[in-house]
Amino acid sequence: MNAAIDATALLLLLPAVSAFILACVPDYRLSARLNSVSSFLTFLVALSLLVVTPAPGPYLFVDDLSVIFIILNSFVGFTTSLFSAGYITHEIADGRFSPLRLRFYHAMYQTLLFAMNLALIANNTGLMWVAIEMATLATVMMVGLYRTHQAIEAAWKYFILGGVGIALALFGTILIYVAAQPVVGEGLDGMVWTLLIRRAAAFDPALLDIAFVFLLLGYGTKVGLVPLHAWLPDAHAEGPTPISAVLSGLLLNVALYAVLRFKLLVGANPAALRPGPLMVVMGLASLLFAGFMLYRRGDIKRLFAYSSIEHMGIIVFAFGMGGPVANFAGLLHMTMHSLTKSAIFFTVGPIVQAKGTQKLTGLGGLTVSQPMLGWSLVIGVIAIAGLPPFGAFMSEFLVVTSTFAQSPWLALVFSIGLLIAFAALAMHLHHLAFGEAQGGEAPAVVPIVPLAAHLVPVLMAGLYLPPALVARFQQVAGFLG
Amino acid sequence: MHGLSFDIAHLLAGGLVLTSFMLLYQDRLYALLNVFALQAFVLFLSVAWQAYAQGAPHLYVTAAIALVLKAIVIPGALHRIVARLGIHREVETIGGIGLTMLAGIGLVALSMVVILRATPAAAPLAREDLALSLSVVLLGLLMMVTRRNAVSQVVGFMSMENGLILAGTGAQGMPLVVEISIAFSVLIAFIVIGIFLFQIRERFDTVDSRVLDTFRGERS
Repeated sequence: MNAAIDATALLLLLPAVSAFILACVPDYRLSARLNSVSSFLTFLVALSLLVVTPAPGPYLFVDDLSVIFIILNSFVGFTTSLFSAGYITHEIADGRFSPLRLRFYHAMYQTLLFAMNLALIANNTGLMWVAIEMATLATVMMVGLYRTHQAIEAAWKYFILGGVGIALALFGTILIYVAAQPVVGEGLDGMVWTLLIRRAAAFDPALLDIAFVFLLLGYGTKVGLVPLHAWLPDAHAEGPTPISAVLSGLLLNVALYAVLRFKLLVGANPAALRPGPLMVVMGLASLLFAGFMLYRRGDIKRLFAYSSIEHMGIIVFAFGMGGPVANFAGLLHMTMHSLTKSAIFFTVGPIVQAKGTQKLTGLGGLTVSQPMLGWSLVIGVIAIAGLPPFGAFMSEFLVVTSTFAQSPWLALVFSIGLLIAFAALAMHLHHLAFGEAQGGEAPAVVPIVPLAAHLVPVLMAGLYLPPALVARFQQVAGFLG
Repeated sequence: MHGLSFDIAHLLAGGLVLTSFMLLYQDRLYALLNVFALQAFVLFLSVAWQAYAQGAPHLYVTAAIALVLKAIVIPGALHRIVARLGIHREVETIGGIGLTMLAGIGLVALSMVVILRATPAAAPLAREDLALSLSVVLLGLLMMVTRRNAVSQVVGFMSMENGLILAGTGAQGMPLVVEISIAFSVLIAFIVIGIFLFQIRERFDTVDSRVLDTFRGERS
């Protein structure tokens, strides 16, 4: 039990201490390395949670659901830190990063990891809110890092919309406490997950209903659900590319985790509204809207940001449908999306650096000019579009089939959404990969290790899922209800 | 909580809604900041009263934050920013003040109906505080939507936050209220210091977010 407590504490201490150290280290090569080492250690600690599950305390706890999120998060956090090391070397050479700004960047990177870990292991609705607010703050800073007009506008928009979302979520959190207070009692107990979920059936259902609406809108803003998504494309496009990878691969998941937790809570009360249909509607709206928006993008990072909205829509839709198969598919799709989308940003970063533009019109024929990056991008886009033999195909297929069993019409609309997005990506991919080569043929450093670490598992998952993983996902899927 | 202490708590919470309405029709930035400082002062009184009436000394910390940071430091800092940027003349509103006020009245009615209907079982003070604080939150949101100027958007955001603090302190014995109010203050302080003072001022001649809008979207 002692060792178990250490694991949760380490998940917080490692990034927190590294953030302080990195804020003080002037040499960027050293700090990039330290950043990776610290992220790697955090990943190892996260893996240890598979073996030892810590006992729940009043503030922190780990269960089967959060373990999946924590491991995925710390893995992508680690690989992104490797990618970031190469990326910033180029930015320093270009003079876009000053040494001081770089220290700030590294410190914020670790602060972000700290905040996300805290949100995932919080056993307390208030603590979770504080953690997500902190993650928002850290990303706002990172998005505005280049201090161009566009970057500041993106950061401003993100702050305003994220702030509104955060405020709505807090109101929902307070309502949950007000609902719990007559049953659980005053004070700290009224915010502890493990106590709330056990007694949720006795809560006032009308209050839970209103609370869930606020929480879904509030945290849904951070998930990037339509119509609260407006911050997401700009924030992805204007910040440093490693941050785009972290936003898509991690931060959206953390917000999703919060939504899932509250869905569990509301679902535990038989008299409250079913959270499923609300999530299905928002998920479907995001999928369809982002699918259409994919067509007329002119900027490569915005293109993939809209694709993130689309995929978060798919995931929220799957969890909204509920049931063991759809939940399983939702978890699998979330994993696949995190891995694939961050891999795509790993290729987009060097491509943009080599070509000196983010505009799609200036990027073409990548398989000719930068073969290694070009082909990696092709693989990534095929994987994210949901073509076999990649993992996302399997999860999307499971969502469609399980939906079809419950309501065929929804499955039809959902499939149309998938096809719209697929066609848009195929169109852009054709131009990007095989069109006429444009721009410079400047050599680019290919982040081989992080790319392989993401794309190989994605390919593997489409062909063969390890039984241990399947068993774990099934267990969590059953628990999600 | 009975009699007089209930009435005082109620009065102060109602005062917060009133100052939110006052924020809505200010058309000069300095006046807007002064009214905001007044609202923060009312919040301070309200939270301090709750701390006294509930016998919850930790709430005095939240009250102190409201007084020092939101009634004095931040309005003062914004005053200086406004003066330095020379944008003290007028605040634009969308749709005119009459319409905005009507919308505000509608929002207050909405939050009364929603909260009072949903919480027949909750403690009377908590439920009325919740209804009033939802009104303040929605009025803050309305202000953020109807104002284009970045300073007034921040003021709208902060008044929204005042509503949330009211809700948190009104819920009897809610834990972490202090921590949450600190976290919020940090957010606001960072934004006021960071985005405004260093970045927006560094790059823009105006803090009108319409100017920001011209850079948005796809630059193809």
